[in-house]
Amino acid sequence: MLDKTLTVAQMAGRLRNGMTIGIGGWGARRKPMALVREILRSELRDLTIVSYGGPDVGMLCAAGKVAKLIFGFVSLDLIPLDPHFRAARQAGAFEVWEIDEGLLQWGLRAAAMRLPFLPTRVGMATDVMRFSKGVKTVRSPYDDGEELLAMPALRLDAALLHVTEADQRGNTVILSPDPFFDDLFARAAHETFVTCDQLVATDRICGAQRARYNAFERSLVTAVAEVPYGAHPTASVPNYGIDVEHLESYSAAASAAAWQNYRSRFIDLPDHASYLEAVGGAPRIGAIAAPVF
Amino acid sequence: MTETACNLADLCICAAAEAWRADGEVLATGITLIPRLAAGLARLTVNEELLLTDAECHLVAEPVPVGLRTGAPPVIEGWMPYARTFDLLWGGRRHAMVAPTQIDRFGQANISIVGDYGRPKAALLGVRGFPGNSLHHANSYFVPNHTARTFVAGEVDMVCGAGYNPDRWPDARPPKWLDLRLIVTDLAVLDFDGPRHQVRVRHLHPGITFEQLQDNTAFPLARAEPLSTTPAPSALQLRLIREVLDPHGQRASVFKHRSA
Repeated sequence: MLDKTLTVAQMAGRLRNGMTIGIGGWGARRKPMALVREILRSELRDLTIVSYGGPDVGMLCAAGKVAKLIFGFVSLDLIPLDPHFRAARQAGAFEVWEIDEGLLQWGLRAAAMRLPFLPTRVGMATDVMRFSKGVKTVRSPYDDGEELLAMPALRLDAALLHVTEADQRGNTVILSPDPFFDDLFARAAHETFVTCDQLVATDRICGAQRARYNAFERSLVTAVAEVPYGAHPTASVPNYGIDVEHLESYSAAASAAAWQNYRSRFIDLPDHASYLEAVGGAPRIGAIAAPVF
Repeated sequence: MTETACNLADLCICAAAEAWRADGEVLATGITLIPRLAAGLARLTVNEELLLTDAECHLVAEPVPVGLRTGAPPVIEGWMPYARTFDLLWGGRRHAMVAPTQIDRFGQANISIVGDYGRPKAALLGVRGFPGNSLHHANSYFVPNHTARTFVAGEVDMVCGAGYNPDRWPDARPPKWLDLRLIVTDLAVLDFDGPRHQVRVRHLHPGITFEQLQDNTAFPLARAEPLSTTPAPSALQLRLIREVLDPHGQRASVFKHRSA
């Protein structure tokens, strides 16, 4: 019987130094944080990270895991800026490829369609062109002759996603109001590792009523792991909102000493159960309301 | 002091709402507090056709008040996840008002970094959607601190939003889809209707002189003739802002550093 279940530790064990890794979600919403914490504890290094960045990027920066960041922004949503990302960016700690939010999904789409690039106006006449090493333009072959940016395919070695529910065969549903671009991350990736708040039986995962919440097919999914509250401190609505209080303490841990303290309290722990205990317990997280913007 | 801050916020919200008056049925996006309140006010007063979101992924029939919602939940009239937002905005039916950290004489805007790109003095958000927004639909700006450091000489430190800089366009001709509209600041209301899209002062806020504004701007400004004072909010506008759009008075925080 098809069984794709792994632990998050096993998932992290499938990643290699120097890989290009895409992380789903958006800002402080539906990030596969339990899996990110596994990476933080691992020996992995020199990663190229592609993300609509939130604390996933900030923590990977703070832990020195990032060789290159491909991004449009890094934000904690209700807290606009991530101090760990800022400090690393200001120190020139990693190579930067900064692109428009729309260009990022455009590059993933090109990879998903196995195209070398997709044309767009986005980025023309801005410093995105100037600072994007090797990005070229292409001229329309039709009568208009317009010069367009040729957004290269963003091919990923691995995509890391967090969804609401999954089954052991790799079927998934995202019940939160915005599926973001998780489908494109999965299609752009050689392998896709999915964590879920709850693993359910195949006859419970989808059905006609929930079919539209199934954002991508199981053939794209390499492995699934059940990690209740696995997106914490980011949101996984409808199960829990953004833990703003926790993100505030994470943001405040900006000095090297404070980050070490944060690490020892919340990252360098034996398992996910101890993490949940450290952040106030499952009932506390479950009671965090969906964010209001 | 709070009253002064609130008065300036109200003045800016009402001036900014004008940006959407003649737009027809487009998505009005206001990023940061004042532009968001302005988009809501525009929907309630000057353009009932505007589409608005709840600042997450739903289209709402009426503006959603900022802060804790105590009344009835908003009437959701549609879905607008990020994927659809790009579909919509690349089609052009949107007018956004955003809040850049720097703006230059071409209307080029920056929210990415301040200083040298490789080792920035301050890393900010990142380019976000500025590059795509600037080339696909109408854009206006809100700048809460109009100084020569925000209205910079030369070009902004990183050009995130494109502008009317001839050097950056083939044949020195910006494309027809570049459509910069209004700039609302704590000192004045400006537009791009000077000669060759030069930034032009349309209204001065009460008590502000043209010379004072020019001193706070690191590039030469054109002036509208006649150059009038920013219209004072009407009683209806004030009621809608206070009772409907910002019932908790969050807007006082935008200019809280000002003394009376």
